[in-house]
Amino acid sequence: MENKVTREIFPRDARKSYGLVELMKGSAPIVKKEPEDTVYTWPHLIMIELICALLVTAGLIILVQFVHAPLRSLADPSTTPNPMRAPWYFLGLQELLVYFDPWYAGVVLPGMIIVGLMTFPYVDTNPKGVGYYTFSERKFAVFNYSFGFALWWVTIVIGTYLRGLDWQWYWPWSDHLVHMNPALVTLVPLHIVFVNLLHVSKDVGKAICDVLFFAYFAIGMAIPYFFMRKFYDSMGGARYFVFMIFFLSMMGVGLKIVLRLLFNIKYIVVTPWINV
Amino acid sequence: MLENLKEKLTKSQVFRSIFRHGFPDNDMNRAYVVFSNVFLHIHPVKVRRSALRMRYTFCLGGITLFLFIMLTVTGIWLMFYYTPYTGLAYNNIQDLQFVIFGGNLMRDLHRFAAHGMVLFVWLHMTRVFMTGAYKAPREFNWVVGVLLLVMTLILSWTGYLLPWDQLAYWAVTVGTKMASYTPFIGQNGPWGAQLGFLPTNDIMFMLIGGTVVGQNALIRFYVLHCVVLPLFVTVALAVHFWRIRKDGFSGPL
Repeated sequence: MENKVTREIFPRDARKSYGLVELMKGSAPIVKKEPEDTVYTWPHLIMIELICALLVTAGLIILVQFVHAPLRSLADPSTTPNPMRAPWYFLGLQELLVYFDPWYAGVVLPGMIIVGLMTFPYVDTNPKGVGYYTFSERKFAVFNYSFGFALWWVTIVIGTYLRGLDWQWYWPWSDHLVHMNPALVTLVPLHIVFVNLLHVSKDVGKAICDVLFFAYFAIGMAIPYFFMRKFYDSMGGARYFVFMIFFLSMMGVGLKIVLRLLFNIKYIVVTPWINV
Repeated sequence: MLENLKEKLTKSQVFRSIFRHGFPDNDMNRAYVVFSNVFLHIHPVKVRRSALRMRYTFCLGGITLFLFIMLTVTGIWLMFYYTPYTGLAYNNIQDLQFVIFGGNLMRDLHRFAAHGMVLFVWLHMTRVFMTGAYKAPREFNWVVGVLLLVMTLILSWTGYLLPWDQLAYWAVTVGTKMASYTPFIGQNGPWGAQLGFLPTNDIMFMLIGGTVVGQNALIRFYVLHCVVLPLFVTVALAVHFWRIRKDGFSGPL
């Protein structure tokens, strides 16, 4: 096929007719195409796929010689196992139930993860880094993906190995058969911290929390808009808004986990309907 | 003599009626075999040598597809021995474990291929992300891929209930309980009760066909696991592969 490169190498003369022929090593003539480095799918690609399938089959058959599908006792609605573990791929969500109420950790957040994943190709306007592995050309994108999935996998590891009876924190060396004393930790909503610290009324404390919550999103939205203009301009308003909502929510999950683990904060925002 | 036999075989009416071309040991037949075969024609006839490089795709998408096929085969095999009835399901699994020839092997393969599929979908997604393969013009195929990830997770989770043991029962009880916390349409969720949702009419009730996980939940999960979701996945896979061909392969060109 004639393209820019061939036109450059062989500039056409309008007065002449051409028959461009090149001698190549190969087993068949290629017509109306530039010389290319291709091979037939059969057998080259088919063989790779076949070998891959055989290796996976062999690997699985070997694996199941050593580990077996579990089967506990018959389902019994009157006996609740303790701790009760979700399948491993949902343990991240189950672990998030420690930090958030179920409507958020179990419903809204998974929905946001799914929709957020779908927005990737529409908010990532960086044209570089297609078709090869690179970190330096798309640092921010790779950082975001890695941060999100680090959160996912770390919570899975915590849920699998560091949670015991009553979903309390158990180190591998602690006695997994003894109940932890949950009274050791008192969780408080953030506005109580302000009430005790600043000696204000509960309502003022709540108002401070509401302001802080919205300030997190507002300032988060504003910083790149004012100080990283190139980043904002490359995306445009709509993409920027969508991306930042998901980005700040993801960072917010990390922030809430830190607040909960270090300062025993139960909620940031308390309303009559929802608590976050 | 062997050559003679091969010649006779590949030229026979029966062989030709099936394959339409000779054995793919020359370029013409190698092209024919790919574009005249329904299973192979998802490939292009020729691929660039650089696209075969293992260190680009690591075969992750292919392995995921293969695990799905393996799950279909072992799953259908298991269906012959399984009754989606709370009074029998657990006994059926015990039979598979202790009585039926190959039962353990098939159940173990099904279980670990399922874990593997979840893992490899994620690995494949990570590969696609790290190579920027989701960027234009392949945006939509990424979206289809995310849907496939979600369906893989739901498939895995619906299958989790079927053995009807303590592990299955409570994992699904906790999981479906989450549905009742859905805002607006779950009885425990924000604004759910205010909108008139009760344990007997909210989204969780719809999901498990009752207020607790029981026979209705089992049959629902069974149908979703064995029929509905595999069908959806198959259709989404067809779109996924079609779009690779239409939008082009992202790899080194």
